[in-house]
Amino acid sequence: MNISALIDRHRMDRYINKAKKALLGSREKTGILFTIFVYTMLISLGFIYLYPMLHMFVTSFMSLDDLLDESVRWIPTHISLENYIEAFRVMKFKTTIGPTILLTVIPSLCQTVVCAVTGYGFARYRFKGKSIILVLVLLTFVIPPHVMMVPRYLMYTDYKMIGSIGVLLYPAILGQGLNSAIFILIFTQFFRQTPVSLDEAARVDGAGELRIFLTIAVPLAVPAFIVSILFSSVWYWNETYFSSLYLGSSNIGNQNTVTTILMELSRFEDSYKKYVQQVAGYWGAGGSVESIANEAIRMAGTMISILPLLIVYFLLQKHFVESIERTGITGE
Amino acid sequence: MGKKRRLRLGVTTRREMKGYLFILPWLVGFGIFFAYPMFQSFIYSISSVRITAKARIVKPVGFDNYVYIFTKDIYFVERLRAFFLNTIFSLPVILVFSLMIAMLINQKIKFKGFFRTLFFLPIIVVSGPVLERLISEGATTIPMIEQYGVYDIINEVVPYMLVEPISYLFSQLILILWYSGVPILIYLAGLQKIDINLYEAALIDGASSWVVFWKITLPSLKGIILINAIYTLVFLGTSEINEVIILIKNNMLNPNTGFGIASAMAWTFTVGLGLIMVIIYFIGGREKPAVVQKKLPAKKPEKKAKKILPVRG
Repeated sequence: MNISALIDRHRMDRYINKAKKALLGSREKTGILFTIFVYTMLISLGFIYLYPMLHMFVTSFMSLDDLLDESVRWIPTHISLENYIEAFRVMKFKTTIGPTILLTVIPSLCQTVVCAVTGYGFARYRFKGKSIILVLVLLTFVIPPHVMMVPRYLMYTDYKMIGSIGVLLYPAILGQGLNSAIFILIFTQFFRQTPVSLDEAARVDGAGELRIFLTIAVPLAVPAFIVSILFSSVWYWNETYFSSLYLGSSNIGNQNTVTTILMELSRFEDSYKKYVQQVAGYWGAGGSVESIANEAIRMAGTMISILPLLIVYFLLQKHFVESIERTGITGE
Repeated sequence: MGKKRRLRLGVTTRREMKGYLFILPWLVGFGIFFAYPMFQSFIYSISSVRITAKARIVKPVGFDNYVYIFTKDIYFVERLRAFFLNTIFSLPVILVFSLMIAMLINQKIKFKGFFRTLFFLPIIVVSGPVLERLISEGATTIPMIEQYGVYDIINEVVPYMLVEPISYLFSQLILILWYSGVPILIYLAGLQKIDINLYEAALIDGASSWVVFWKITLPSLKGIILINAIYTLVFLGTSEINEVIILIKNNMLNPNTGFGIASAMAWTFTVGLGLIMVIIYFIGGREKPAVVQKKLPAKKPEKKAKKILPVRG
């Protein structure tokens, strides 16, 4: 009697222990509770993260009735593409997309190439004052470019470059583009990690420095190139503060200048007003036209401006994440 | 002997020259687009710059511009103060939050790729005009915050000085979290560089994961945290929705104030940022070696210490 009770208790203990282990985890395996906690955190944080984008996405498909209807929050009653069509026209998508891509791709490619060359120089050669120059590189990152804004603007004016691609291209070619310092540091770090023995072998075989760089270092540095091109095109695409100034579109009364999609987005309200007046004039209606863009149209415009980036990101995201792991961004 | 030595010297200088050749474009660019404009901008900031049809007239006026922006300009001081206060409050939030997410996605979880894609997404979306849209739409705040009267509580509990930054923190919570994209990336890379042997050793010694976090993960990440802090600071400062830099541009294009005032503002802003960076550096960077030595158990002396060192940058 006594013994069987003891055995029962022992069994109970064992079950409790097992349950405890499964829930709380042991040294070898994480418990269910912890796993649940991790996933809850990930999903809820993920939702908070995505909330603005979901809101933007959903709103952009709403018709005016849905916007006014309080009960419609997340699912539009019917999907209307009207907003997109209108936003396309307001932002003059057809005429702006070309210059935007040009102003994004060319500077970012140039910047990547120059930063790769510079990074290679820092990683593979020893020369006097290298550490000082590296500090200067850091300085170009730390000091906000707004300090240089006025003189640069005057410089571009003097050389009649305002409104041409040169305002973005020349700094990029000379390693002073958007956040160039970051890319230089990434490349420096990356080239430091690649083995020197290959270089030595090639040098013994009589290859010149440039050839070593092009045929040995560059193929090994593909991940760094991917990261650099991606980031730099994203940053160039998104930049409007300086480009609107240098490309001349923030000058008053200057209409025929280059604009990018993001710049169109930043003055969406004005463009919309003009667009509505134009359409109204076309139909012969005048006077009181409602000329304030409703939020659905504005969100559609925003969606349009980030859509190309999203597409590129989702196509390349595998390379993107892998490359980042291999570049060792944090080396400095 | 002497001849041989000269020869060797020749080779090294030639290699040095090649090194310079590789960084030559950058050096030229540094001169044209950085050093010279910096210098010029300083000159402008202590001059009155008048643009006439024929030429620019730059007349030195001493520190009048600085006096003007601090005493007469109605917006500058206020916006500068708001920016720095908000930054000081959101910086730790960003740093802690991004570390949290980085540690979460660094674990063995299912759908790792999906979560990574999700958390890196803001990196490509964060841009001035897009953020402006989202803010004006009210999409950057969590709706619950207003419903449950969080602001009333803040108004009652928090001292007057801090009401503004803390309500900013809550009202722009998602926005602030969105700035964590790149810091998450940097943390992830740092986390993966921590020597796995350290964790195993701690496990054998019976350390709980809480202790492991404070004694191994955090000290190893100290340098990374510093990098992240500085990156985030620069990022917040140059963000296009930063009202200070909007003001600088407006003043630059405004014929009444002009380039002199704009330059003075830019310089003041830069010096302010620099000061915060120095403070961050002293908080985060100064006592690094002491911490590592202290935190390391005596059982694992030399070897481990060396392995942590590179991570600290």
